[in-house]
Amino acid sequence: MTTGRLPPPYGRLLDRARTIPFEFEGARIEGLAGDTVASALWAAGTRVLARSFKYRRPRGLLGHGAFDATSYVQRGAEPNVAADRLLLVDGLPAIEGQNRIGSLTRDRGAWIGHLGRFLPVGFYYRTFFRPAGSWDRIEPAIRRRAGLGILGKDGHHAECEKVHLFCDVAVVGGGPAGIAAANAAAAAGAEVILFEAMARAGGFALVDPAAFPDALPADGVRVMTGAIAQGLFEDGMLAVELGDRHGRVRARCVVVATGAAEQPIVFRNNDLPGVMLASAARALIHLYAVRPGTRAAVVTVNDHGLAAALDLHAAGVEIAIVADARTATNILHERLAEAGVTVRLGTVPYEAVQSNGLAGLYYGGPVTGIELATKGAHGTARPEGALHVCDLVVMSGGWSPLAALACHAGARLAYDADADTFALSDIPGHVFAVGAAAGLHTPTLVVEDAREAGHAAADAALGRSVLARASPEPEPGFNHPWPIVPHPKGKEFLEFDEDLTIADIENAVADGFDHGELLKRYSTAGMGPSQGKQAALAVLRVAARARRLAPEGIGPTTSRPPFTAERIDLLAGRAFHPARATAMQLQHRAYGATTMVAGLWQRPAFYGAPADAERAIAAEVMAVHEATGMIDVSTLGKIELRGPDAAAFLDRIYATPHAKQPVGRGRYCLLLDEAGNIADDGVIGRLAETHFYVTATTGQADATYRLLTWLNAQWGMDVDITNLTGAFAALNIAGPASRTVLAGLVEDVDLAPGAFKYMDVRHGRVAGVAARLLRVGFVGELGYEIHMPAAYGQAVWTALADAGRAHGLRPFGVEAQRLLRLQKAHVIIGQDTDGLTTPAEANMGWAVGKTKTSFVGRAALAVRGTRPLQRVLVGFRMDASATVPPEASLVIEGDAIGGRVTSAARSAAAGGIIGLAFVPPSRAAEGSPFAIRLPSGAMVGAEVAPTPFYDPGNTRQER
Amino acid sequence: MVLSLLRYGLRRRHVPWRVIPPTPDRFKPSYDVVIVGGGGHALAAAYYLAHRHDITNVAVVERGWLAGGNTARNTAIIRSNYLTPEGVQFYDQSVRLWRTISNDLGINVMVSERGHLTLAHTDAAIRTMRWRAEVNKHYGVASEVVGPAEIAALCPELNLSHEVRYPVLGALYHPPGGIARHDAVAWGYAMGAAARGVEIHQMTEVTGFDIDHGRVTGVRTTRGTMRTGRVLQAVAGNSSRVAALAGFRLPIRTVPLQACVSEPVKPFLDTVIVSGSLHVYISQTARGEFVMGGATDPYALYAQRSTLEFKETLFSDMLELFPQLAHMKMLRQWAGLADMTPDFSPVMGLTPVENYFIDSGWGTWGFKATPVCGLTMAATVATGKPHALIEGFALDRFARFDQIGERGAASVGS
Repeated sequence: MTTGRLPPPYGRLLDRARTIPFEFEGARIEGLAGDTVASALWAAGTRVLARSFKYRRPRGLLGHGAFDATSYVQRGAEPNVAADRLLLVDGLPAIEGQNRIGSLTRDRGAWIGHLGRFLPVGFYYRTFFRPAGSWDRIEPAIRRRAGLGILGKDGHHAECEKVHLFCDVAVVGGGPAGIAAANAAAAAGAEVILFEAMARAGGFALVDPAAFPDALPADGVRVMTGAIAQGLFEDGMLAVELGDRHGRVRARCVVVATGAAEQPIVFRNNDLPGVMLASAARALIHLYAVRPGTRAAVVTVNDHGLAAALDLHAAGVEIAIVADARTATNILHERLAEAGVTVRLGTVPYEAVQSNGLAGLYYGGPVTGIELATKGAHGTARPEGALHVCDLVVMSGGWSPLAALACHAGARLAYDADADTFALSDIPGHVFAVGAAAGLHTPTLVVEDAREAGHAAADAALGRSVLARASPEPEPGFNHPWPIVPHPKGKEFLEFDEDLTIADIENAVADGFDHGELLKRYSTAGMGPSQGKQAALAVLRVAARARRLAPEGIGPTTSRPPFTAERIDLLAGRAFHPARATAMQLQHRAYGATTMVAGLWQRPAFYGAPADAERAIAAEVMAVHEATGMIDVSTLGKIELRGPDAAAFLDRIYATPHAKQPVGRGRYCLLLDEAGNIADDGVIGRLAETHFYVTATTGQADATYRLLTWLNAQWGMDVDITNLTGAFAALNIAGPASRTVLAGLVEDVDLAPGAFKYMDVRHGRVAGVAARLLRVGFVGELGYEIHMPAAYGQAVWTALADAGRAHGLRPFGVEAQRLLRLQKAHVIIGQDTDGLTTPAEANMGWAVGKTKTSFVGRAALAVRGTRPLQRVLVGFRMDASATVPPEASLVIEGDAIGGRVTSAARSAAAGGIIGLAFVPPSRAAEGSPFAIRLPSGAMVGAEVAPTPFYDPGNTRQER
Repeated sequence: MVLSLLRYGLRRRHVPWRVIPPTPDRFKPSYDVVIVGGGGHALAAAYYLAHRHDITNVAVVERGWLAGGNTARNTAIIRSNYLTPEGVQFYDQSVRLWRTISNDLGINVMVSERGHLTLAHTDAAIRTMRWRAEVNKHYGVASEVVGPAEIAALCPELNLSHEVRYPVLGALYHPPGGIARHDAVAWGYAMGAAARGVEIHQMTEVTGFDIDHGRVTGVRTTRGTMRTGRVLQAVAGNSSRVAALAGFRLPIRTVPLQACVSEPVKPFLDTVIVSGSLHVYISQTARGEFVMGGATDPYALYAQRSTLEFKETLFSDMLELFPQLAHMKMLRQWAGLADMTPDFSPVMGLTPVENYFIDSGWGTWGFKATPVCGLTMAATVATGKPHALIEGFALDRFARFDQIGERGAASVGS
């Protein structure tokens, strides 16, 4: 069946020249440019657009563009798309229904809807757990029934852009109030952006242009349509979805002109397809030229329903009856009477019916009629017993402000007994609420007040003195205190997302869940995709009555961002995962390095393909032992300290002594935390009396720099601290030939063993580049760390590589370095220590200055030192035929955990399997056997061994 | 139980299932125990005091609505794959209690052991995970380091491509890990405690304590003073503030922890997925919503506000793991308050005030401990001596620098 569209000027959003086909549930539908999927479907006579969450009831349109979730559909891989906000465009993927087995009209899961009386509120808390294990069996079935659409398993995303906008006044909502406020703010000199959710600004003025003749944004106002403001955050940031971009808007003032959500009347079967809000019916008629039905019943508690009835009549829809809950007549009643429409006063809807045959009885179907009731006292109603045949029921149960943004900013939304609806209070100074969001409905009042607010917002934004703006009281007369008609057989829905009825709310209160938040959590009212926009008011009223309280006695639930379901891809934007590259990164790539993640850096693990790892690492180790190797250590923290207090400053922080460190010498440094745990290590070189150069581990570089600057700020010592981690590149050239390779490139430094001793530091030039040279021994061979400005890192590396070629120089990576240092039993902070390791436990008590009176962690060490050690880090060896225990394998002592392996590897140079492990102190003596449990559960033996494993006399590194 | 639904449906009227008792109009002349805080831990302690120790003259005092603090704001993850012997044994006991909790309390807490994967993106993370796995196994907790192939089998939806900034190298797989219906736990304990005579006073804020010669004798509230012999403080997120009212300090820094939930969709994700490197975690509820969160906010704060930055960072990282989520929409965001301790372990047991016991320092890891906290704190309050499982968590361990380091296992998504 097709319904011809109404003639112009109906269809203000349509471009009638262009038809757009699309597919819905396998059927081809034709709509017009400007249509939403919902308006096109409705025009084509489709009435069932969705199935409800719990009872799988058929659903049509409740609102249109009202941010309800009634007409959610599936668009390709994307679930839960509101059909009434989905613009019809060319190339739309096939649209499908959701939450149904089979088709929307014949959902084979519909049986559950007939079991409602057996499924009281919170029923799942009361059942499915006895006997034990029941839930494990039942849960999968429940999970399959739950949920709405289907998230495609192989979806992927295009990266979305973010837009940063700045203005004096942001106006959210492009209806008559928003436009009036924006125009006034612009006229007052403010830079204004107006955000409108729909495709065109105008809002209610598009439905009723006569009421709002001036609702056009002025030239000075920047209008952005398709823009949904999702959150107004504490720091004033307004988050707006702008089509496919995420907008971060900085506005000095925000005008909330987001209107109000029309509320359903709560009566039996008020959710049938064909029962819709008056605002939806009027939108279909005026914006999309769709006749919402052929014969309508209109049920209302205010004039808006009457206006809809007049519209329907004018649009050629036959009016079966108009029922108004009020008893006083006004001009609209007269006009309806003049048009020959029967109006029944003091009358409310009692039950919507559908008689679509046997199948309809089972699957449910569109509305076919309505029974009315005479309103009695205290919310009672006496059914009339007559059926009014109709295919459309239009209802207006009043309005609830869509004031979430103001609430995000700190305003309060509570029930107002005079206006019979929620009203804002405590609105912060930079936020202005206007129009229906502020409870105003009368056109002249709306516009006048919005102008004033817009002007005030401009004044506030521009720093002009602002006269205190008295927010107008919400207008009474547009709501009804009790638009609720209980029915003995129930099914009066007040929460469409969650299929909740009057009894559900009453029963939840009876179960003790009387606080608004508890009620929400137990009944799930307001937890669905529409977040209670069409439900909160009715839930509050029913809950209040159940508690024998006035509605204003119950606070509403907190309103948190977002305003409506918010796209995750827009929030994500482009992934920003920064990566740091050392100056030598290109060389590593050229050498075919396999890299590994090290914080923000990528470091060469070894040079070669992953499959070739073992051979490559062995060759690199061999090169360092027998010729020379070179490793990029630019990721080390590099911190420079200058000033008269530099020596004293470092001495007060590091556990190692540095006050009397001679100029030109480097010294191992150990940093503890306040609790005496090892935090970092490195080398401190004294370049001059008042000039120190400190290295830190890659992982702790930032933390150590932060600690130094923090303590400097606290102590106020005369030290200047500079972080050179990024500014300097560094490499370590090590191996017997390293001195020879360097000799040809170094100026100003005497490399002779007696002149440049182990742990000396020197200034000099390497390959013509000013550099700092440190003789260090981490890898156990003669070696030099060379630190130079990062800009020259690549040049120096290349020069050394060229000079070293004749001497068998190979670059080596982190894996080789790990083995080389293990052979020397040098600990890696964070691998051989954990967050709670003391120097004594790590067998590094030697590093702590015995005569020092002050260093970070000293007090804690003194306390901890009074207790016997629980573990000690020792070197161990295993039989060469054994499996290398994976790091973190446990050391088992009796039945208990005695420690763990922190490092282990097979070493050719050391002749077998070597490692470091925490063992009980009773096992720490050289030669003590201990047991290791492999992850497989197998036990292997190991023996505490003297360290270093390689070159115990350290003659190679110190030659 | 299905029969009970049938019976229910065939009756004419709703027979109230009194889950939450109304707040009594006035206080009793005195209480044996007053529990400050009305969240999961507090209610569990009240329940076990009554159920296991026959101490029923108990009042639970809650500033707001029942279980509306962190019990209502957490992401309902249960697991026991911690790092320290103290932690593993403690949380393992909790997991055991979770298994029978629905039948013990007579309310379906919907405990769902869906498996828990902590992803490793660096070799250092793999090492820590192997350490955790080995300690876990030692105490009989199912826990294993798995590689990409096993991860793919457990969670085919996960993006295991190497074309991302931080490829997944492996994971710690913990089969007993899962989720529960967080509110129902608190309601169940409230129901059970109330049935045994415990009073629950909602909307009653504690303003101070009567302390006589170092011993607590009364609790001052906005509704009057309660006389009592013993006090248990269990107020996650406000531990330092309440302890200050009792006159002692805690080594706790309170920071916001944010989370969010998406719209409901059909089953997509079975396992609980955590990535410490990307600071994100996600699970799908029985209703079909994705519950997601990240790291704590980087500054101390008592405000329970939401930020835009939280969502932007979270989703930017989340889409690395699950690009499909780009088609989803989020529905709600919120914040809770995390009481962080220096060693990422809780503070439980005795305090400098006599007869004043504390259950605090629950950082981002409190929900899963709800049953075992109730059990051990009830025993501690009843006997005046710390329960064996919580001896290590004593407040005075910080003065001794005797920490229980769980940083490596308790961080994001705990």
